[in-house]
Amino acid sequence: MATDTVKSAAPEAASRTNLVRDSLRRRHFNERLFRALGLLAICVALGFVTLLFADVFRKGIPAFTQTNLHVAVTFDPEVIDVGPAPTSDQFTSEAEYNAASLKWQRDLALLNWNTIVEQALRAAAPAGTEIDARALLSIPETNARHVLREMYVKDPSLLGQTVEVDLLGSANTDNWVKGNIDRTLGDAQQQLSAEARALIDTFEADGTISTGFAWAIFTNVDSRSAPASAGLLGAFVGTLWMMLIVVVLAVPIGVAAAIYLEEFAPKSRITDLIEVNINNLAAVPSIVFGLLGAAVFINWFHLPISAPLVGGLVLTLMTLPTIIIATRGALMGVSPALRQAALGMGASKTQMVFHHVLPVTFPSILTATILGIAHALGETAPLLLIGMKAFVASVPATPLDQATALPVQIYLWQGNENRNFFEPRTAAAIMVLLAVMIFLNGAAIYLRSRLEKRA
Amino acid sequence: MNTLILAAALLILLGVAYQSGWSKGRSLVAANGVTVHSRPQYHGAYVALWAMIPALVVLALWGLFGGGIRHDYIVSLIPVDILTALDQSGLNLTIGRIEALASGYGVVGEVQPWEQAAGDALRSFQFLTFAAVLILALVSGAGALFYARSRITARQRSRNAVERVVGVVLLICSAVAILTTVGIVASLVTEALRFFSFINPLDFFFGTVWAPNNAGTGGHYGQYGLLPLLAGTLMITAIAMLVAVPVGLMSAIYLNQYADRRVRGVAKPLIEILAGIPTIVFGFFALVTIGPFLRDAGAAIGLDIKATSALTAGVVMGIMIIPFVSSLSDDILNQVPKTLRDGAYGLGATQSETIRNVLLPAALPGIVGAFLLAVSRAIGETMIVVLAAGNSPVLRGNPFEPVSTITVSIVNQLTGDTDFTGPQSLVGFALGLTLFVITLCLNIFALFIVRRFREQYE
Repeated sequence: MATDTVKSAAPEAASRTNLVRDSLRRRHFNERLFRALGLLAICVALGFVTLLFADVFRKGIPAFTQTNLHVAVTFDPEVIDVGPAPTSDQFTSEAEYNAASLKWQRDLALLNWNTIVEQALRAAAPAGTEIDARALLSIPETNARHVLREMYVKDPSLLGQTVEVDLLGSANTDNWVKGNIDRTLGDAQQQLSAEARALIDTFEADGTISTGFAWAIFTNVDSRSAPASAGLLGAFVGTLWMMLIVVVLAVPIGVAAAIYLEEFAPKSRITDLIEVNINNLAAVPSIVFGLLGAAVFINWFHLPISAPLVGGLVLTLMTLPTIIIATRGALMGVSPALRQAALGMGASKTQMVFHHVLPVTFPSILTATILGIAHALGETAPLLLIGMKAFVASVPATPLDQATALPVQIYLWQGNENRNFFEPRTAAAIMVLLAVMIFLNGAAIYLRSRLEKRA
Repeated sequence: MNTLILAAALLILLGVAYQSGWSKGRSLVAANGVTVHSRPQYHGAYVALWAMIPALVVLALWGLFGGGIRHDYIVSLIPVDILTALDQSGLNLTIGRIEALASGYGVVGEVQPWEQAAGDALRSFQFLTFAAVLILALVSGAGALFYARSRITARQRSRNAVERVVGVVLLICSAVAILTTVGIVASLVTEALRFFSFINPLDFFFGTVWAPNNAGTGGHYGQYGLLPLLAGTLMITAIAMLVAVPVGLMSAIYLNQYADRRVRGVAKPLIEILAGIPTIVFGFFALVTIGPFLRDAGAAIGLDIKATSALTAGVVMGIMIIPFVSSLSDDILNQVPKTLRDGAYGLGATQSETIRNVLLPAALPGIVGAFLLAVSRAIGETMIVVLAAGNSPVLRGNPFEPVSTITVSIVNQLTGDTDFTGPQSLVGFALGLTLFVITLCLNIFALFIVRRFREQYE
């Protein structure tokens, strides 16, 4: 009997072992599959990060160099025939001197400076080059005449002299030199005429045309008529004004609100309401803040349109919830022992908060502030609604002047018709924006680790 | 210049007041020892606060009425026979000339004797009024200073007074958050109501054609049907979720359960870089890279995908939301008690079985909450769709075609236009109100779920 059972049980046990082994194999396979899926998800996410950065860099880096023309320019007295610049001792009042000086500059502006640009280019071209003025003037950027005029206004003694000047190549020249436009395309699809293209190639061979670092991106304001000279300076200063306003308003108000809610507010329905309200404000789409700015600040309060002041206020309201929530979190994390020790030594509640609790939370508050500012810095949509999309070709001197911002400038440039030229330049602007963001985020991480070590 | 002098004077007054209160507090301590109620710096702050109030009131009054008084004075300087001959622009011109003369800058052209006299009078008037205001502010501030200082005794509770002021300031700061919400609701509702005075709300909420007559020609306003925009918004959001949820959730699970500390320390911040990238950058990425790539990939397998389409915008928005989903899910998974996991391991479950059968069901409410927050973010996202969705407000179900969304239409209808007179621009606020209500409901619901979930395991 006993042997019988053993005999009959052996295959059964074997089959059960097999069953378990099979199921284990299947389960372990599923385990490995699941794990691989997780790893795959990480790789996909990181792949997107890499792809995005690689793409922007690949497109943007060529835009940091730009085509320059090195030519000898003669300030021909026959063209510049408006007389000497007025001096201040000829006039009785400052206002009259200014008027005369403005008239002189206006007369200069009426001159055909393109003649001078044209003469300079013809002198640089090899003898016997047949090219009409229009094609010739399409090689340098259209602002070359303003550059020369400003040189002359600054230094009228240049009259009759010949000086070496670096001029920017036009956007189309730049495209041609860098190969951003297909060189095999027929004449009808090329932006430059055949003569101009041939002359550019000659210039490139003899060194008149060279590529150098594109300082224009950092030192110039936006320009429509002279795209090769378009830069980020105006947008950068506009962003700087707005960030200044955000720091000055959002940080004190946000920290104060967090202190009140966390330390002083009695537990009541009103505090609950404020709390729910702040959590929701943090999740309101940014474009709604733009609508608020357009209706309240511009339409009701009549603040100037396109001004960094309004942009800064809108971004402040947008950043406040982030700072409040982060500060509250930091305050909540302070150990009760610290509070009780302070109170036990006879400190009042205000003293306890400001002398003991707040200093401990300083690293977290600083980090949250920097991250909040980094977020505000990249925000575009609300700024479009308060008119910061306007074309502004000057550096805003005060927060009440018309201005634009870095992300809005990116938006404006990506919409430019000269795609061959502006796509790389937009990518370059994005690289500048990303560099600022990475700097801010890096600073936040560095400061936090340093301050926490010290504390 | 004058502003600088005023600011400097106020600062000096502040410093002197603080110093005098502080020194009196010090002398009290020297005389009475520990029986003094408040420490010297609170007496200082108390006196300083008192001194500031009247000075600021004087300056505020001058700021409100000073300009009008100055204007009236200039007008009174112009001889009557000349004044009556002037129209509004001529008056402004004359005032400008007198001001220029007074500032010493000079004017172009011949200066009339009466203009010169008026300029001189204005200069002395400006100097006198400025001096008067400054002295009045300082004197009243000093008076308050002496009053407050005289009140300081050993029993004076300066600290309590100062702390009350601090408390009020803190309260006002936290009211800013409430005021923001009130401002949002008030501006959206009033402007949306103005829109509905032009367009029937039923035509807006249930209309299937979006064709605003932006030029305003032909005497009609055009059609403002919300449904094509809503459909576009939802389609893009759905595509974004299809990308973000699997990738975000699986990477959260991997980082939370499988990855060792070193991998986690590197991968988590790298993924969170995506969260810090401005949305305009994603928009550019979608427009110049992902869109053309999807178009070519579609052409290779015989699908007609437009470069700017719901698919392009949705995919890129999904990429943008990945870190949002993954970090929220990570937090939620952290909150599931370890005992649940240990119990499953004890019964012989593999790690993936524990995750799928124990961890995820336990974390489900929280994950749903995170999912809803991500949806609300996707619905309100603007720049990606402005650049990459193609702006074609037509009701259709094909994700390979261009669409338009609520946010895109807000931007299109409102940029550069702020006179808000016709429905063409006012519709932006009606759309904003719709967007606000949708995201608000999603947020409240999601926060409610997440909070319930936290309480469950606390």
